[in-house]
Amino acid sequence: MRMHSLILRTAGHFLLPLLILFSLWLLLRGHNEPGGGFIGGLVAAAAIALYLFTMDLQAARKALWVDPRNLIGIGLTLAVLSAIPGAVLHGQPFFTSQWWPMTLPLLGEVKLSTPLIFDIGVYLVVIGSVLTIVLFLAEAEE
Amino acid sequence: MLLAVLSGFILAFLAPWLTPRLGRAVGWLFGLLPAALFVWFASFIPVVASGETLLFSYPWVPGLDINLTFLLDGLSLLFALLISGIGTFIVIYAGYYLHGEAYQGRFYLLILAFMASMLGLVLSSNLVALFVFWELTSITSYLLIGYHHEEGKARASALQGLFVTVAGGLALLAGLVLLAVAGGSYELSELLTSGDVVREHALYLPLLLLILLGTFTKSAQFPFHFWLPNAMAAPTPVSAYLHSATMVKAGVYLMARLNPTLGGTETWLLLLGLIGATTMLIGSYMALRSTGVKQVLAYSTVMALGTLTMLIGVGTEKAITAAVAFLLAHSLYKGALFMIAGIIDHETGIKDFRELGGLRSAMPLTALFAGIAALSLAGIAPLFGFVAKELMFEAVLEAPAIGTVITLFAVASAMMVVAIAAVIGLRPWFGPRLPTKKTPHEAPPSLLAGPAVLATLGLLFGLLPMLPGQHLLSAAALAVAGEPIEVYLSLWHGFNLPLLLSATSLAVGLLLYWQWSRVQPALARLAAWDHLGPERGYEKVMASIVSISDSHTRLVQNGYLRYYILTIISTLLLLLAWTILTRYPVLPSPDLSGIAPHTFTILAITALAALYAVTTRSRLGAVAALGALGFGVALIYVLFSAADVGITQVLVETITVIMLVLVLFRLPGFLDFTLSGSRLRDGFIAVLFGGTITLILLMTTEVQFFPPISEYFIENSGPLGHGRNIVNVILVDFRAIDTLGEIFVLALAAIGVYAMLKLRAEDRKS
Amino acid sequence: MEFLMASLVGILFASALYMMLRRSIVKLVIGLVLLSNAANLLIFTASGLGSGQPPLIPPGADVPVGAVSDPLAQALILTAIVIGFGVLAFAVVLIHRAYEVVGADDMDQMKDTDT
Repeated sequence: MRMHSLILRTAGHFLLPLLILFSLWLLLRGHNEPGGGFIGGLVAAAAIALYLFTMDLQAARKALWVDPRNLIGIGLTLAVLSAIPGAVLHGQPFFTSQWWPMTLPLLGEVKLSTPLIFDIGVYLVVIGSVLTIVLFLAEAEE
Repeated sequence: MLLAVLSGFILAFLAPWLTPRLGRAVGWLFGLLPAALFVWFASFIPVVASGETLLFSYPWVPGLDINLTFLLDGLSLLFALLISGIGTFIVIYAGYYLHGEAYQGRFYLLILAFMASMLGLVLSSNLVALFVFWELTSITSYLLIGYHHEEGKARASALQGLFVTVAGGLALLAGLVLLAVAGGSYELSELLTSGDVVREHALYLPLLLLILLGTFTKSAQFPFHFWLPNAMAAPTPVSAYLHSATMVKAGVYLMARLNPTLGGTETWLLLLGLIGATTMLIGSYMALRSTGVKQVLAYSTVMALGTLTMLIGVGTEKAITAAVAFLLAHSLYKGALFMIAGIIDHETGIKDFRELGGLRSAMPLTALFAGIAALSLAGIAPLFGFVAKELMFEAVLEAPAIGTVITLFAVASAMMVVAIAAVIGLRPWFGPRLPTKKTPHEAPPSLLAGPAVLATLGLLFGLLPMLPGQHLLSAAALAVAGEPIEVYLSLWHGFNLPLLLSATSLAVGLLLYWQWSRVQPALARLAAWDHLGPERGYEKVMASIVSISDSHTRLVQNGYLRYYILTIISTLLLLLAWTILTRYPVLPSPDLSGIAPHTFTILAITALAALYAVTTRSRLGAVAALGALGFGVALIYVLFSAADVGITQVLVETITVIMLVLVLFRLPGFLDFTLSGSRLRDGFIAVLFGGTITLILLMTTEVQFFPPISEYFIENSGPLGHGRNIVNVILVDFRAIDTLGEIFVLALAAIGVYAMLKLRAEDRKS
Repeated sequence: MEFLMASLVGILFASALYMMLRRSIVKLVIGLVLLSNAANLLIFTASGLGSGQPPLIPPGADVPVGAVSDPLAQALILTAIVIGFGVLAFAVVLIHRAYEVVGADDMDQMKDTDT
């Protein structure tokens, strides 16, 4: 499984944070430009998978920092929760989107919204699912 | 009223939890509920006796205008009183009888649920509700017959009872729907007055036959009677309650209930009269032939059910009066006798009349009540059974048709019943004391309460027949007849033909009993002919169902995935070819103009990659080809303005290849299993399939039946969705519930993979 | 253009079906991959290829300028691709488990329910 290439290993160390950051950027801009939860999640998952090939299973698990199975649960919960505010606050149908534009210091105007929460949920479920499959397959391999 | 019906269910579901906590008192405490219900129902007697019909209506599905309606008239009140009254004693009885059994809580759950269902059945005015309760009684009966589920015979008997009654239930459902169509209402209260319309309706015969199929199976009429004696595998309280006093009378109840709507025709008279009479005769013959205590009682129940059916069929004033009187009399003595059978079994451990004798001194009270109940069964004055039997004779003598036949049947049956009654009432108690497995003692009060009260009531009602007559039975007869009728019950009718018939049957019956030890074995030898009987038919039907489904499964589910696929695809191809050829004979012409060279190259590479994946003999080659194909497809998406899809495809393709590398190389290399002939066949089908898809795709791009709904998303994505990437707005906003479902699928797939790998790891460890 | 795409889809479906009719499980997996690609392309082509722009709204505008390709089909395919991956992973691991239990890469030896 482990590939003994110094270049790859060194690159892995630098690439991982960059790729994760890239996936977050894809996630956040997804509402307006190509990107979004699915794509961002796949990029992040692919980044960890790459790390798995350059380093080893333990390192990949450590780099992920949480158990991928938990990510599935958190993601699904976020996605379901995003359906509720519209229904509870305004009596609208499930999943009616809500928008809370706000101005934050440093970042300027930010639009917080339930679709964004939903997309973050999708992002986490995709990462969690793909990595649950890949990491446990790799574990079975060893 | 709703509470009255539902309270049984409520207590039923608490029963498994309460039973172990209440200990020995459980029977007496649970008995309070049916007792309270009995008192509550009894409070309606004055109102109902005055000829009034009460309707209770509760909204059930208000949106659809469906109500839960209950109808309380003489007939349903009579049944409700029997159900709650006998139920009280059964519940008390079972508290002692089943004490210490492992599943006593489960027993109470079932018997209370049964009681509530039975109450619902006799009180429902809505046909659908009635049917639901009807099926509930079948199911609880099934579970109760199979109470000793560790015994194979109990399970088989339970299944037999279930199959017969549920098959009938299915017919009943169809019949009730037809009845509602013919009568224009699902409410019994309305159907009862539209008898003329229903009887004239073209559907009358089919609906009558279907409903009777339901009632005949439930009430164990010939040729469906065989399940009832087998149902005696149930614990004795169940036999006493369900299979003599209440559930098996559900069919009788429904026939009596629908008499104003369906009765009075020649078909009705012939079907009910003849089948009822036949059942009556066969029941008494089989009872005389048997020696098992519960078997004899079960067959005599078949006899009683036949008698009731016959009387309802005859349908004259006398017959209906006789029917309600006989119903009451039978419930009283048969409930008592069954509980006594349980006492005998409990105290001596013996279940066969031939091994019983001389128990009078050991259990005098039981013997006394057994004697009284048996006298009522035999129809001997001054018991209530005598009143009922005299009425029965009068009714059959006056029957408008087939009178001679059913009178002969009735007299023959009555002779045998006297002998049976003597076997029950005399044989175990008198004569020399025969050895028993246990030392018999007098039964405790909880076992004796039921037989005592029921037998005493039989005697009391016999002495004062107008006591139940004017209050309850006249109202019940009114409900059955659908018009006011004169009910007059008396013990003494004067010297007339019925009395003569009674006397004759008594004399011959006692003669039969005197010679019982010879008559019974002689009759039992006739059992050799039983293989021609209806139970054999049941077995044959069941066996053929099994063998048909067996061969069917063998044919359709042969276990070869590729044959499943082949069957599905071939069927699809045939249907598609048929549609295409008959509707769109003109094929679209290929248009190859204006295709950029790089587009053509990408498509060609994708196609070649697919073909290489199919033909290569190297697994690595196949996986690499799949990768190339995936990236080719991604490029196609990007070429045709689907940026998001293209990116997703590239990423998924990467991870897929990783996964395939992880797994596929732990499988063996490609092997060629199939012969070249089948490869040729598969190739032919595959090409045909691909070609058809191409054709259909070409045709669909040229037609547009409806404006695409995407227009809405395109126009509103900005204003409503506050997003400029329309695909993403659809995913996370417009169609978020779809996406939610999809991420759930993804999560499930991941958990499934995890579970399988985890199981494997544990397999390895062990 | 439609003709070429339709032909490609036809080729993919034919290849997929042929592979799924083989006795080897590995070939079945390859057939599954081909099938999901074929189905996605089928939907994509059926929604109309056209020469529209990507379904994006330029900054500052409320609706896209000019014709765009069908965003609904794209959303559908996007999720289908990801789910296809999940289901494929499940199938692959299931098949692998079955292989371990049965001990042969032969569908015909997996037809009994009690192994």
